[in-house]
Amino acid sequence: MALYILKRILLFIPTLLGITLITFILMQSLPGDPALGMAGERANPETIALIRAELGQDRPLPVQYFGYLKLLAGGELGRSYYTNRKVADDLLQKFPNTLKLALAAMFCASILGIGLGVFAASKRGTNWDRFITLLSVGGISIPVFWLGLALMLLFAFYLRWLPPSGMGNGNPLYLILPAATLGTFSLSYIVRVTRSSMLETLSQPYVAAARAKGLSEPKVVLKHALKNSLIPVVTLIGLDLGSYLNGAVLTETIFGWDGLGRYALDGILKRDYPVIMGVVLFGAMIFVTMNLLVDISYHFLDPRVRVKGKP
Amino acid sequence: MLNDLSLKDLTSNTPALIAVIMLALLLFTAVVGPFLMPYDPRVMDLDSLKQPPSTAHVFGTDSKGRDILSRVVYGARISLSVGLVASALSLCIGVFFGLIAGYFGGTVDAFFSQVFDVFLAFPSLLLAIGISAVMPAGLTSAMLAITLVGWAGFARLVRGITLTLREQPYVEASRSLGATPARILYKHILPNALPLILVAGSLRVGGFILLEAALSFLGLGVQPPTPTWGSMISLNRAYITSAPWMVIFPGLAISITVISFNILGDFLRDTLDPRMQV
Repeated sequence: MALYILKRILLFIPTLLGITLITFILMQSLPGDPALGMAGERANPETIALIRAELGQDRPLPVQYFGYLKLLAGGELGRSYYTNRKVADDLLQKFPNTLKLALAAMFCASILGIGLGVFAASKRGTNWDRFITLLSVGGISIPVFWLGLALMLLFAFYLRWLPPSGMGNGNPLYLILPAATLGTFSLSYIVRVTRSSMLETLSQPYVAAARAKGLSEPKVVLKHALKNSLIPVVTLIGLDLGSYLNGAVLTETIFGWDGLGRYALDGILKRDYPVIMGVVLFGAMIFVTMNLLVDISYHFLDPRVRVKGKP
Repeated sequence: MLNDLSLKDLTSNTPALIAVIMLALLLFTAVVGPFLMPYDPRVMDLDSLKQPPSTAHVFGTDSKGRDILSRVVYGARISLSVGLVASALSLCIGVFFGLIAGYFGGTVDAFFSQVFDVFLAFPSLLLAIGISAVMPAGLTSAMLAITLVGWAGFARLVRGITLTLREQPYVEASRSLGATPARILYKHILPNALPLILVAGSLRVGGFILLEAALSFLGLGVQPPTPTWGSMISLNRAYITSAPWMVIFPGLAISITVISFNILGDFLRDTLDPRMQV
């Protein structure tokens, strides 16, 4: 057990190095001096000196890369060209807002997705099933940013039920449209996976046995089949954080939600490279860390994985 | 496996049939459409700003008086070419490295798998943003960014398929006859992996088109005045209440295209390999 976790964490290190290598290469491909590119011309002389000492153009590239790692280890992601604030500080400040939005979206998508998936599977081959399947294909096909605008037009401007954008100082009404927009993609995947996993479980002999002993269909589905169908679904939900980070960039842009995504868009519009690279790096770090945690927690939760994972 | 696919499978599956017809129409639109349109998608007409849909302008006009239908039709060209080129390129790169990693195994496999994992460790849109932000924005940078984001997924898939195929008796036989790895990979493993590769490819085209739309929505793709579906939505966002048609039609175009690709991909997967997961 401890060995497995240790192995998993050791395997994590090359991934982290690889991620930083990619962002390093991207920084190097920027026109001009990479040290100035990271510090910004308006940064104070000490910051520029610090970053130049590590990324100076006179040093060989591998040495510059180690300097870059050293800067990252010290929490130095560079300064925004425009506000001259530390990108690392900004990221930490914006992240809770994105997290709040993502958790709300994830919660709704999971509940609704599992519900619809189970319903579709239990009505297999009927029009209900076809309709839900079609909806779920639609959900992964519609561009997030367009869905957001359409929902905003309908619920905020035509029906006037919900506020169109902003954060409303924590008023939950402001969370509904962005969370619905952000959750739709994941919801659709959850429906698909729940449905197919449920169909597989329903064909197992023990389900037939439960039916044969006269249990009602809802009882068979909810009490016996559901528990065993949920394993792939829970994995999917845990590993799907990447899609929320992708969606957050677009959703927050539409709804003026003050999180990482909008921060990234501001960076893109102003060509504020330290900001863009900071979000890219931070997003990847969160994504892989989450995957690691999901993996390890599986080891605790599912005894079957534990047996298989034994060397 | 590819021979199992017949026209009857397609005609008996209504959604798939509709999807194929839509895609054929779309391809026709992308190739021929721009020549048939009465308006130039880039020319502004200050006498007809923000016109709602009418017989003269079926989808209406935008804030600069440009005909939305002509722009949507022209945008099909950009979206389809970026989506298809990026899919083809990332498939080629992914298949190449996946075959190598899966066939040689050992250290080679460990190294390449680590590289695949690093690329897959980035949320796709964020990596695409990072890559296209350091390049001059345009068609090439969008294609390149999407290719670099997409190849690793194919590589990992092909690696897995190769791992199982290389243990097959016919590969063993070929090896004992003295065939080089290149020959075995090209003559024996690739043809047998092809159906799965094609299914994976068709399932990803839609995602790539969405990625292109997102990049141009964020201002990182093909630049104005050339119309793309994503940039039409972002440029006209401000008029969503006063002139919703400017935003609705390009979004419908993206959605219908991606839905058609996804339905086709699902159909191919179900027909060619029912075991393959979502």
